[in-house]
Amino acid sequence: MSGPVVDNAVPSGNSSVAIPTDISGQILDLDEDDDLEVFSKDTTLTEGSSFNASMQTSPASMINQYKFEEEEEDADTKDIFVTVDNPESLVTAIETYVTYRVMTKTTRSEFDASEFEVRRRYQDFLWLKGRLEEAHPTLIVHPLPEKFVMKGMVERFNEDFIETRRKALHRFLNKIAEHPIFSSTEDFKIFLTAGELTSHKKQGPGFLSRMGETVKAVAATVRGVRNRPEEFTDMQEYVEAFSQKISSLDKVTQRIVREQKEYLEELKECGPMYALWSQSEEELAEPLTSMASSLDSCCKETEERVKQINDHLIPALHEYVLCTETLKAVLRRRDNIQADFEAKTEALATKKADRDTMRDELDKMEDRLEWANNALKSDWTRWRKVMRTDLRSAFIDTAERNVNYYEKCLAVWESFLHSQRTDAEGNAKDDCS
Amino acid sequence: MADSGSEDIAVIGNTDLTPSESENNLKNTMVEKGTSLLKRMEISVAEAEKRTGKNAVNMQETYTVYLIETRPVDAASEGTNPVPDSLWRRYSEFELLRNYLLVTYPFVVVPPLPEKRAEFVWHKLSADNMDPDFVERRRVGLENFLLRVASHPVLSSDKIFYSFLTEENGWKETVFETGFQAKADSRLKALNATFRVKNPDKRFAEMKHYGDELQSVISQLLRVRAVGENKVSTAENAAQSIRKSPFSPTKRAADRLYGVYKVHGNYGRVFSEWSAIEKEMGDGLQSAGHHMDAYAASVDDILEEEEHYADQLKEYLFYADALRAVCRKHELTQYELEMAAQDLTSKKQQREELATGTVRTFSLKGMTSKLFGQETPEQREAKLKMLETQIEEGEELVKERNEECDEFVKSAWVDIERFKEQKDHDLREALISYAIMQISMCKKGIQVWNNAKECFSKM
Repeated sequence: MSGPVVDNAVPSGNSSVAIPTDISGQILDLDEDDDLEVFSKDTTLTEGSSFNASMQTSPASMINQYKFEEEEEDADTKDIFVTVDNPESLVTAIETYVTYRVMTKTTRSEFDASEFEVRRRYQDFLWLKGRLEEAHPTLIVHPLPEKFVMKGMVERFNEDFIETRRKALHRFLNKIAEHPIFSSTEDFKIFLTAGELTSHKKQGPGFLSRMGETVKAVAATVRGVRNRPEEFTDMQEYVEAFSQKISSLDKVTQRIVREQKEYLEELKECGPMYALWSQSEEELAEPLTSMASSLDSCCKETEERVKQINDHLIPALHEYVLCTETLKAVLRRRDNIQADFEAKTEALATKKADRDTMRDELDKMEDRLEWANNALKSDWTRWRKVMRTDLRSAFIDTAERNVNYYEKCLAVWESFLHSQRTDAEGNAKDDCS
Repeated sequence: MADSGSEDIAVIGNTDLTPSESENNLKNTMVEKGTSLLKRMEISVAEAEKRTGKNAVNMQETYTVYLIETRPVDAASEGTNPVPDSLWRRYSEFELLRNYLLVTYPFVVVPPLPEKRAEFVWHKLSADNMDPDFVERRRVGLENFLLRVASHPVLSSDKIFYSFLTEENGWKETVFETGFQAKADSRLKALNATFRVKNPDKRFAEMKHYGDELQSVISQLLRVRAVGENKVSTAENAAQSIRKSPFSPTKRAADRLYGVYKVHGNYGRVFSEWSAIEKEMGDGLQSAGHHMDAYAASVDDILEEEEHYADQLKEYLFYADALRAVCRKHELTQYELEMAAQDLTSKKQQREELATGTVRTFSLKGMTSKLFGQETPEQREAKLKMLETQIEEGEELVKERNEECDEFVKSAWVDIERFKEQKDHDLREALISYAIMQISMCKKGIQVWNNAKECFSKM
């Protein structure tokens, strides 16, 4: 094996050749990479930079990599369960922050035990996401809840905010757990099991190499892609359109919630007015009181309806709004990989010296590109399916809740009507006599 | 009246009463109560038309006229359908009729007219009297007014009312010939004056208070907020205060509900656009979108029915005014009686003083006579005689006023009891029809969202 070990494995992020600052680590990993070399033609999905303690994927999952679009995450075959709960504020001398309990139950052999419990903060989730993106630049990582809340003066320690965030973090981890590639990464395992992450966080490409990658990324963007395969252009167009639609849906839903809240405010005043009125009446006192309580019941139901849209539909839509950013980034990274390859191809044409080395590099870059494209294509199909399932169930859920709301209100009014009619019948009979 | 009972039961058994039906039921109930007028003729306000013409100051104006149709009852039941008698009247003529009735029957809680201007309109921002919806609702309100008058045991036999329905020309002159205007002016003056009554009939005081409360609560329900803490003295004033108030029109539940439904229409649009870029999801999204459009559109019907309910409340808002007017009139007659009685008492006292020579109460005359000497026996004799006459007249007056008062209290109380029964019945029916409307809205909602759910399942 010649050259940096990294060449055989898929390099991370945007660099074609990551120059590790610490070569010693590499040399130690030679054996590891020897193992991996067996599968290099299958373009393994190992972590890019080899000196992080990543990626001992089982051969089984590697062989399955291309088949994962056919894989179904049945509840029966699910062998890992992750929950995020129990937020707590932690106060230190420097800062105050929230930690969440992350619990794992699994039967997977690569885990040392079957149950784990750790505490993680938002930064840790960010770290995990970053690692996964680095290692798999053209795979789609489910978005995290946003860092800051843009609208309103919601504080980081506000209960609702924390609860919303907790739910989103829970969904994030579950999406990772359901992803055929991500769930078997070493980083994911570390995240779920390590007592503390700080030591692990120190590993990984150094700051300087990351800088180098960023610079190259910018350069690549400027350079542009020459012959983008049509399917990726199609993908981009889809992402653009989808992004608009999902944004609109998000806005429409938020507007509905706003209108509902205002309606609720008005409705809340009606019941008490009928109650007040009934105090001035004799014959009408009972129907008016009944009316007042019916309106109050409907108010409660409306409140519940609003809460449910807020707690379920809105986060679901919002996550897919964030997804579109992820998708755009993924497409960009794929483009960059191709751009790098194209640039290198050109360079080969012009350069006289080092032809052989360059051709080798070029081959590896070609492999890398092919791998990136295939990975994206598979994950894209997978993502489309997951999106469809998620949004379908979110809308079905909303429809069900709305039906439920109307059913409850119907019962309230039918009972009111029944009581009035039986009373009236009684009175009418009296009139008759 | 054995019929009215079974009629009522039939009404209640029908679970799918539409608001127009329940409106008809109101009319049927009035007809069933069977005044002789309604037994003879069917009355309706069938149409409305715009007219232009020169007004009193010779200026061109546009106004609306309403077609009053009357039809003999027997003809309808025989199955033949003769052309009804009809004539056109404008709103001001209705007002004239009502003012005449107010003055002529002060002890009656006179049915109110629909509002003069479009004040309590829920969705339109402009108070446009020419707006077709407003005109239509007014037409219904005017018909309701006529039926109420026609079903009133006292008002229905009024000749002016009859000729209002049957004689197009010259009716106005006939009304003025009754000379009610003079009475109207003095009545208005009296009603607006402040005076204190020593012994009002408790029941009337309670009724007046009730009228205040009813007006206040219905105003609030119709989303009227009085400016500051000022109490609004009449329903029209309430309407005025909305127009002037910076807080009006306050957001209304109906408007908000409208917003909720209409925004769902945006789902329809976005789903449709989204379905264009999806393969498997396309059909489900597209059809779900249609249901969202249907959902959004359904609010128009709902609000029309809510508007109708509001109209029913509004009528009683204005009725509260009429009720209070009767109570005020009682106070006036009572006051006049008390004044007459007071006057009589003081005259009697004067006679006594004059007769016995003792001064019980301070009077300037008494003082001057003390200072400047007693009057001559002849002067005293003359004075006494005058007082006697005045006392006689005074006693007559008191007797008269007493009778008036009693008469008024008796007949007014009868009408107030009638009004109470009518009010209880009508408002209960209104609540029932509100519930029916809510039920219908809920059923539609269930249907739409079940349909949408099915479509989503196909996504």
